[in-house]
Amino acid sequence: MRRTPQRLGVAAVVLLAPALALSGAPRVPSEADVQLKDGPGRELTSSRCTICHSLEYIPANAPAMDRGAWQKTVQKMRERFGAPVSDEEAQAILNYLDAAYSGKS
Amino acid sequence: MLKRRELLLGAAGSLAGRRLWAGEGDGVEALSSLTGKKALIRRAFRPPNYETPLADLVAPFTRNDAFFVRYHLAVIPEVDPRAWRLEVGGASAQRPFSLSLEDLKRGFESVTLAAVNQCSGNRRGLFVPRVPGVQWGHGAVGNARWRGVRLRDILHRAGVGADALEVWFRGADSPVLPSTPEFHKSLPVERALDENTLVAFEMNGEPLPHWNGAPARLIVPGWTGTYWMKHLTGIRVEAQPLDNFWMKVAYRLPTGAFPGVRFVSQENPQTTPITEVLVNSLITSHVSGARLARGRHAELRGKAWDNGAGIERVQISTDARRSWRDATLARDLGRFAWREFSLPLDTAKPGPLTVAVRARSRSGLQQPDTLTFNPAGYHDNIVQSVDLEVV
Repeated sequence: MRRTPQRLGVAAVVLLAPALALSGAPRVPSEADVQLKDGPGRELTSSRCTICHSLEYIPANAPAMDRGAWQKTVQKMRERFGAPVSDEEAQAILNYLDAAYSGKS
Repeated sequence: MLKRRELLLGAAGSLAGRRLWAGEGDGVEALSSLTGKKALIRRAFRPPNYETPLADLVAPFTRNDAFFVRYHLAVIPEVDPRAWRLEVGGASAQRPFSLSLEDLKRGFESVTLAAVNQCSGNRRGLFVPRVPGVQWGHGAVGNARWRGVRLRDILHRAGVGADALEVWFRGADSPVLPSTPEFHKSLPVERALDENTLVAFEMNGEPLPHWNGAPARLIVPGWTGTYWMKHLTGIRVEAQPLDNFWMKVAYRLPTGAFPGVRFVSQENPQTTPITEVLVNSLITSHVSGARLARGRHAELRGKAWDNGAGIERVQISTDARRSWRDATLARDLGRFAWREFSLPLDTAKPGPLTVAVRARSRSGLQQPDTLTFNPAGYHDNIVQSVDLEVV
């Protein structure tokens, strides 16, 4: 069985993009189009989270999140999913997510 | 290219209504394509999570290229059907064996069954208060004809020991990091031996699409999508409950909060696994904000489904849920499929027209008016309404 990461699917779509551009179709969006808001901790957050998933999970969940919910999420990613994030990094990621994406009213 | 109608329906819900459509205002709702799929509502690129736009839920059977896509883990191999093997074993299997796809197709009786596949978290994005998770709207659901073989025939060939408690399943997709739990799931042995539980290799008359579990996947009619293991590679008959994150922590409800068969070997006093789909319905003909021409014929249409007991009736109210009229039910496509309903709307008087729909199952259960909150955002089957206007 061939083990091909899903990333190759994205790559194939990206390779098709110039042909589509010539035909006048809109550019195919890709994972790289998703950017997090500016703020301290953005690069660290981006680099750790994208090991396993694209970034739109973060803005998409913002309306459900406050600091406590982000704290639980960071803990879940480390303890349940084995994210390689140190204690210090986890604190910086939590501070960033809370400042940029705590949208719970 | 997208048709204008698809764009309108895909972005539906930007108008009035107490409950918002998922993703609204978050700036993340976008239509885009996976290889082999038409444009779907993208919830996430990786792992890929894409829902079906409302316009594609109008047909009695949901097209393969429009069917929703849901993954937990990002390493998703393109399985070569010629090299694929299904391993059947486990501590309570008397005669372990393995199968090729040809063995699967030729070695057992093939059956076709129409069934709704609905993600446990369908409509999570509509929860009030909001809860974390993939913010699905109405489109993590679809209806298809599945062709395959009965899981029980496979299990009987392996020999099910008297001490068998659960059947464990694994698929070919896997996590990026070895520290992340593999997505393995289990079923109670009695559900695995149910004649309707299939290992399917065709969907709507074609080989299973890659993104829906090629070359073979589990079909568990009446149960939520989490049990419908895609890219199935292993089946184990076991005397122990499967102990992993996806069984013991995820996909659980407060114990006793919802109807549905119990998964006793996985239950504890606090939480229990989600199991059967609850009776539900979806309006597919109109979205909030739509305008009806005064005096012109208009018909409300949609789908209703449940755990396989079958839909007894669908009712529609246009007076703030004080009185209800029976909708007409279309042909029964099978008890695990959804049932189409329709009812003409009165367009004689101009003004706002709020239409509510509720379905009732032959099991006696009916869609409730209020949400039973649960922290993971499952089982949203409350009565849906749309705010229309006659002009």
